[in-house]
Amino acid sequence: MDFLSYLISGISLGSIYAIIALGYTMVYGIARMLNFAHGDVIMVGAYMSFMATTRFGWHPLLSVLFAMVVCTVLGIVIEQLAYKPLRAAPSLAVLITAIGVSYFLQNAALLLWSANPKSFSSVVPFDSLRLFNGRLIISGTTIVSIFVCVIIILALNTIVNKTKIGKAMRAVSEDKDAAQLMGVSVNRTISITFAIGSALAAVAGVLLCSAYPILMPTTGAMPGIKAFTAAVFGGIGSIPGAFLGGILLGIIEIFGKAYISTQLSDAIVFAVLIIILIVKPTGLLGKKVLVKV
Amino acid sequence: MKRKFYFTFVVTLALCLALLVGCADKPSKPTGTAPIKLGGIGPLTGGAAVYGIAVANGAKIAVDEINALGGIQFELNFQDDEHDAEKSVNAYNVLKDWGMQILVGTVTTDPCIAVAAESFKDRIFTLTPSASSPEVVKGKDNTFQMCFSDPYQGIVSAQYIQEKKLGSKIAIIYNNSDAYSTGIYEKFISEAETRNLEVVSTTTFTNDTANDFSVQLQEAQNAGADLIFLPIYYEPSSLILAQAKATNYEPKFFGVDGMDGILEMENFDTTLAEGVMLLTPFAADAQDERTASFVKKYKELHHDVPNQFAADGYDVVYAIYEALKDKDVTAETPASELCTQLIEIFTNDKFVFSGLTGNNMVWSKNGEVAKPPKGMFIENGVYVGMD
Repeated sequence: MDFLSYLISGISLGSIYAIIALGYTMVYGIARMLNFAHGDVIMVGAYMSFMATTRFGWHPLLSVLFAMVVCTVLGIVIEQLAYKPLRAAPSLAVLITAIGVSYFLQNAALLLWSANPKSFSSVVPFDSLRLFNGRLIISGTTIVSIFVCVIIILALNTIVNKTKIGKAMRAVSEDKDAAQLMGVSVNRTISITFAIGSALAAVAGVLLCSAYPILMPTTGAMPGIKAFTAAVFGGIGSIPGAFLGGILLGIIEIFGKAYISTQLSDAIVFAVLIIILIVKPTGLLGKKVLVKV
Repeated sequence: MKRKFYFTFVVTLALCLALLVGCADKPSKPTGTAPIKLGGIGPLTGGAAVYGIAVANGAKIAVDEINALGGIQFELNFQDDEHDAEKSVNAYNVLKDWGMQILVGTVTTDPCIAVAAESFKDRIFTLTPSASSPEVVKGKDNTFQMCFSDPYQGIVSAQYIQEKKLGSKIAIIYNNSDAYSTGIYEKFISEAETRNLEVVSTTTFTNDTANDFSVQLQEAQNAGADLIFLPIYYEPSSLILAQAKATNYEPKFFGVDGMDGILEMENFDTTLAEGVMLLTPFAADAQDERTASFVKKYKELHHDVPNQFAADGYDVVYAIYEALKDKDVTAETPASELCTQLIEIFTNDKFVFSGLTGNNMVWSKNGEVAKPPKGMFIENGVYVGMD
């Protein structure tokens, strides 16, 4: 029974990583840049939802929509101001800019909402599922997270493969210059990618804080890095890979804690990552995946 | 030399006059004396900003109160170190160039160890509000602590649990990436052994894995623990409480001063913390007059309930004030001279200080403070004294 409940904890942690990793992988897959500010957009999304429910007294679902709208705008603004001028610059410059944006968002949040942590009320209205006389508990947030992950994967697949903008995205991802020559607006496509990625970040932020109800300006930083790891683990750029990587990372982390040592859980996670990358440098689903966006 | 004597004389006279006027129950204006320069260092931005900002705000309130009294005047210059040892030393050098005479800080432990080494060399008296590791004061005669040292908290917690028979099987969850948490844990575990307290489960987490505690709680539950000792800060504690409740596990929880602040967390469901016990030097809802007036002032100025760090910052400034108020010191007194004087006063048995974070505090030669901890538990969302 312990094994099962650890597994559930792992999946629950992993589903959060997965949802963040989807945003990372989406932006990387199309714009070919690591948006390290993604974790902090998550934090902004969570704060938006928090403000909407506690200060304005809005319904939790409405607050999620609000957070998505704000983050979408924020994502586009960040892209326009910080990344667009560097479109021709080497990728290292963009990477450093992304780290700068990440610090900027954290410190802006510090100014706006102070460093005091806030306790986030879950937006998930369902009770936990209790099995085997309550010895096995699956929280409502876990179920919703997995469900949302699946919806996002399906939606992203549809957008990328079935729509016109999706075609443009695939074109930009393969060759920016050629796409431009063929009449695809690269800037617009990348902006839209950022908009979608940031809207996903808002959802991720709300679910992260629903599962682990504490909200600080640094809330997004560490889960962001872990989710990035998950995205690499699953094969960065691959949408199902991000999901798989996230879930596996969560399970490995919890099992490492439970069966090996609570002191070494992160060391174990990253050791597994290193081994996977040695054996399969593109990540689990890096190569053979069909949905390379 | 003559000029200096004259100046001192005038200042002393002014102080006496101020005192007299004070007796006449008329608020006096500062008499235009140049203020003594207090330097402060702590994280005002970054992850630990909550502590630095609180200390800076608390210290500022104390400085304003003291300046309004007339008498000795203080000027506080508080610099940000982002909880980073290197930046802290930079901030220290900035303050030294500014002409700092006494150092209030630093707020967090690791930067404080680095800065105290410098202030020891430069002979600048250092009173840290909240850097609680024994490393901070070790081997430095000029560095003193306003807060409990970590080992002391560990020992007192074990004593308290045993004497009050709070639990028979104890589990511990601590943060092994944090010197504060590890320091308390080590002393607790050795004291628990000498007192025959049964520790059935010890698990850890790090700053990077501080969101999921299901494994740690499950282990404690499997081991049959009826009390969980949490020598950690309140942020992870709030998650532990929530996760324990979600799995219907209801042991007693016992925290240390890092637990303080949990009730002030915005939107926190205080029923989660019902029955949580903690040892802390300061409770914002204590009823005594001084605390009440401090809390009121703090709320007015900063729209926030002060935590123990704010109270520590306030106490540090007042302790320096109490030590210096009858002394012949001015803005001209060199820092090293002030340092010698203050060391003498702080290590003198007759110097007893009562502030927001404890009554009848005395300091030992090595710089650690001795003050009685207050045992509290949370009932209906407020702290209630245990004794």
